[in-house]
Order: sequence, then structure tokens, then C-alpha cells
Amino acid sequence: MRIFTYKLLLFLKLIGREFKAQKLRMGLTILAITWGTISITLLMAFSVGLDQQFTKARQGLGNGIVIVWGGQTSLPYQGLPQGRRISFRTESGIIDLIKSRVVGIDVVAGEFLRWGQTLEYEGKQINKLVCGTYPEYEKMRAHYAKAGGRFINKKDMELKRRVVYLGTKVADEIFGENLNPVGEIVKINGMPFTVIGVMIDKLQDSSYHGPDDNYVVIPASTFLLFYGDPFFDNLVYKVKDGIDSKVVEKDLFRVLGAKYRFDPADESALWVWDTIEGEEISKKVFMGVTIFMWFIGGMTLLIAGIGVANIMYVAVRERTKEIGTKIALGAERRHIIFQFMTEALSIALVGGLIGITFSVAICSLFRMLPMEGALEFLGQPTVNWLVAGTTVFTLSFIGLFAGLFPARKAASINPVEALRYE
Amino acid sequence: MNNNGTLISFSGITKFYDTGRVKVRALKGIYLDIKRGEFVGVMGPSGSGKSTLMNIMGCLDTPSSGDYALDGHPVADLNIHQLASIRNKKIGFIFQNFNLLPYATAYENVELPLIFAGLPGQIRKEKVMHNLSLVGLADRADHKPTELSGGEMQRVAIARAMANDPEVILADEPTGNLDSKSGNEIISIFEDLNKAGKSVVMITHDSNIAERCHRIIRIKDGLIEIDERNGHRETSVT
Repeated sequence: MRIFTYKLLLFLKLIGREFKAQKLRMGLTILAITWGTISITLLMAFSVGLDQQFTKARQGLGNGIVIVWGGQTSLPYQGLPQGRRISFRTESGIIDLIKSRVVGIDVVAGEFLRWGQTLEYEGKQINKLVCGTYPEYEKMRAHYAKAGGRFINKKDMELKRRVVYLGTKVADEIFGENLNPVGEIVKINGMPFTVIGVMIDKLQDSSYHGPDDNYVVIPASTFLLFYGDPFFDNLVYKVKDGIDSKVVEKDLFRVLGAKYRFDPADESALWVWDTIEGEEISKKVFMGVTIFMWFIGGMTLLIAGIGVANIMYVAVRERTKEIGTKIALGAERRHIIFQFMTEALSIALVGGLIGITFSVAICSLFRMLPMEGALEFLGQPTVNWLVAGTTVFTLSFIGLFAGLFPARKAASINPVEALRYE
Repeated sequence: MNNNGTLISFSGITKFYDTGRVKVRALKGIYLDIKRGEFVGVMGPSGSGKSTLMNIMGCLDTPSSGDYALDGHPVADLNIHQLASIRNKKIGFIFQNFNLLPYATAYENVELPLIFAGLPGQIRKEKVMHNLSLVGLADRADHKPTELSGGEMQRVAIARAMANDPEVILADEPTGNLDSKSGNEIISIFEDLNKAGKSVVMITHDSNIAERCHRIIRIKDGLIEIDERNGHRETSVT
């Protein structure tokens, strides 16, 4: 092992001298590898960033949630006609029913909505959608409050407190941008409410009542006190980890079908939006994009690899005499192969190292840019271990592959002819 | 190893090259014994086959027919690893153009055959320095070939050939690219090595240099024309 290490060091030293002797050609080859590495690393890094942003945006609506609206029956059932409207009556204990009877439900919450409500603060008035809901809504729908604030909680529910949680945009509109309105009093339809929190900025690619940054949220109990709304506008639930949302949906139809007397097979009795389904599709689309990027990066590196193979062939030809001399001095095939393989590998790894360094630098610079509009979706390009590992692996492979054929050629040179070669 | 002291034994060695259009008969049947400790000069016009003879002797080339025994062992029986080992340990090659690695120092050039032999670093170091002092270049160990004179380069090449303490030095016109003073120095080194027991086989065109060999073999058209010792003709095959 020690001999091997020393041999490697010696060869690297000699290769270093050779680089010096052939600055231009070696430089160009390394440049090709560097360029290929930057291409593949950045493609991968941006694809990671993009993936993260898309995931985040998808999860802006909520992570793996299902939204349910009452629909209209399309099948006659137990002597009842078709065309009946299904509504979730508030006092019917429907939330508890779903919680206790539907298998696989993790969390469920109802949602009351009232459009065009007036918000007033120091003489400034705006009209917004007011939503009354439960504390469970926070995690399901990713309504996280900025530091110093909070979402509505159980105590608010019990005491029917007049507290309000505001979407980012609402807070900006009524209080001015980037101010902290927690503790301020805002009037909703003339009633004073204390602001308890403002939503953290978030990416959101889908919604059902408009983007969350335009929401005004108050406790469901308070909402009922003011508006006396007899029906939930919709329900939101999340299934337990590892359980198929389709199975849960079927069970929901069974339980609610029994309660509202509709056929569990009647698909239009309830309107169900399963966001998990969409997630699966966009994951697949994204996988396609990622594969495409790998393909392009791989092609770029392949071209760089051909460059290395090319220079190695030239190196073998130029050193024909040297190879002959070495054979005369007792070199075995493996010594000759080792030399050229080490050289090809070194070129690939030096070029790769420079490339990775540049890519990391470019990513860091990119992260300093202000993220707005379309750029926001590029997110944080990241050279993570997967990206770096893949690149190093690809480079080593290319280095070995590019060195293999020239090295074998070198080792099979006829020493007599090689020594005569000028 | 061998009782009668024969180091190199050629028996009916021929070598044909088939280049496609022409068949070249480089060696047409060489019978030759070289004993341990001999200092042999090989002479002959260009194309006479002396380089082919040297290449076969150095196990770089194989004969088309005939038997070659080195140190009593038939070379034809050896595999590529054993041949590489023989080139490494039993034979020391010297070339007309020195054939030093241009980007390596004198030290590293001499070290090369020791690396091929798989010797550990400390032993290599001792051997490199020993052989460089033998040719009087211990103080030039860090110099690259371009920083050395022709005579010095050839001395480095001798140190390299001697690195693994071979049985025989095979030199193909070692003074061909040198001025007469440097050439004489090189031959003096060969004489010293020979006195110390090494066999030397050397191709040369220079009759003054050939005079200093103990035995001169003249080759013509692939055959040994004259084989004489100390100027006294022993055999003649035509």
C-alpha cells in the first residue's frame, strides 16, 4: 500500500510537470471538463432549487390535504329523489362524526366564509373575505404566523374571543408594508378585533377561495356568534401518514352517505378535491424535467470526456518512445496503463474540482439576488451531496473511460518500434 | 547459475520482418555465446541486423526461429511478466539518444526501474544515490535532462541501467551522439563496470572505441562475419 501511495504521488508529481510542459493543451482539456462540470452541476443545482420551490408552492395550500364541499345527489336513494343538495349543517356534529367514524383521518376542520366584509383601521377601510375556522386549520393549510404572532387557538375558540389573524397582503394593505400590527385593534363590520398574528410570506400555486395572503381568519365560534351561519362552506381534512387518501375518501362517502342519506357510490353528492393526487402528477412531471436535465448535463460531460480521450491519445502517441523506454527498463503493462489512467483521471478531477468550485460560487451569488416574480420559482439553487456526488462519480467514470482505451493502446505498443519512433 | 559461465547463448537465431510488401530477413542464423564478465563490441554497417540482435538479446523482441538462453534459461518459455522482470533486473539498456524522461529529474529517471521492481522508498533512495555517485553525478540528482550535457545525460542513463544491478549492460551506440571526450568517459565507465564483473555488450561504429572491447563481433547481412578477441581473429563464419 505504501509503495502504491508513493507511486501515485510520484506519478502525480510527474503529471504536474507535464501540465507545465503542455500548458495550452492541458489547459483547454481542463477547461472542457470544467465547463461540463459547471453545466451539469448548475443544471442539477437549479433543478434541486426548482423542485424545492415547486414543492413549497404546492404545500402553500397545505401538505397533502383534501377539501370537501357539499354537492348535489345524482342517484335516487332509499326512496329519495336525485338532485337533492347536500349541506354540512353546523350543529349536526359532523366534525366529530368524521373524526370518530372515518378510518384514516388525521385532522379535520370546517371552514365558514363571508365575502365583502369591511375592515377598518384608523379611518382606512378595505373589503375582504372573512374566514371562521378551527385551530387545526393552521397546520393543514400552512397558515403560520410571523414571529411575535400566532394563529387562533383552543382558548380563542372556547372564549369566542374577538381576535383576528391576517394574511400578509391584508396586513400590508391596512397597516402599511412590513409593520408589525400584532396587538392593534382592527374593526370588522364595526366590531373591534385584536390582531394576534400575520401570516409568513409563502409561495402558493393553488387555492380555492383566493390566495391565503388575502385571508382574514377569526375563530369559528366567534364567526358563529356574529354571523350565525348554519352551514360549513367546506371541510378540510388530512389523512394519516401512509394511508391511501382514496380509501379514506371512499369511507367518507360511506359515513356521510349514511348521515345525509345518499348513495355512497354517488360521486356528485360531495365535491372532493384531493390535492395529494395533483401532487403525484406534478412529482412525475418534475421527475421528467430532472431526467431531461441530467441527460443534457451528461451529454455535455460526455463531450468533455471525448476531449480527454482525445488528448490522451495524443499523449500516448507523443510518448511512444518514452513508453518503449519504460518497457525496456522493465515496466509491466499495468505500470503503463496506470500512468495514463492516472493522468486522464487527474485531468477529469482537476477540471471537475474547478467546475464544482465555480458552481458553488455561482449558486451562492445567485442566492444573494433579490427573488421576485419568476426568479422566485428558481428558489435556492443548491449544490448538495447528491449533486456533488453525481458529478464526481460521472467525472471519475469519464476520466477512467477516457483513459482506458489510450492506456491500453499504450501498453500494447511494440517496444522495438516504439524505441525507433521519432 | 550456469556452470560454464555462459550468460547469453544464441543458437541459430533468425528474425524475419514481414512489412506486407517486403520480407526483411534481419538475422539469418546467429550462433553466439557470451560469457559472464565479457566486454563485447558489436560492429557492422547500417541494416546489418545488429540492433535486431540487441533487441532479441534484451528480450524486447522475439526471434523468428532458433533458441536463446539467458543465464541458462530458454527465453521462449517465459511469460510477459517474467520477460518484464528480466528486462528490469537482469538487463540494463543504454540508448544512443539516452531516452531519459524529459520532465523528470536525474534522480527520478534512475528511480524508475526501481519503482517497476516494486522496491520500498528507502531502498530506492540508497540505490539511486549509489548509482548516481558511481557515474559521478550525485550532485546533479535534482537536475532535469535539459540542464545536463550530453555526456552527463548518458551517465544518468548508465546509472539508470545499473539501478537494479543487472547481469549485463546492453548499449546501442552509447557514444553515437557524444563528442569524443564525453564518449571516452562513457567507455571508461563501462570498463570500470566490466572490471567490477559486469558483462557489457555494445554496438559501435567507432573503431577506436571498438578497440577497447575485449571481443569484437562484426555482423553483415544478418550473419556474424567476424568474431575476434583482442584483435586476434578467433572464428570466421561467412
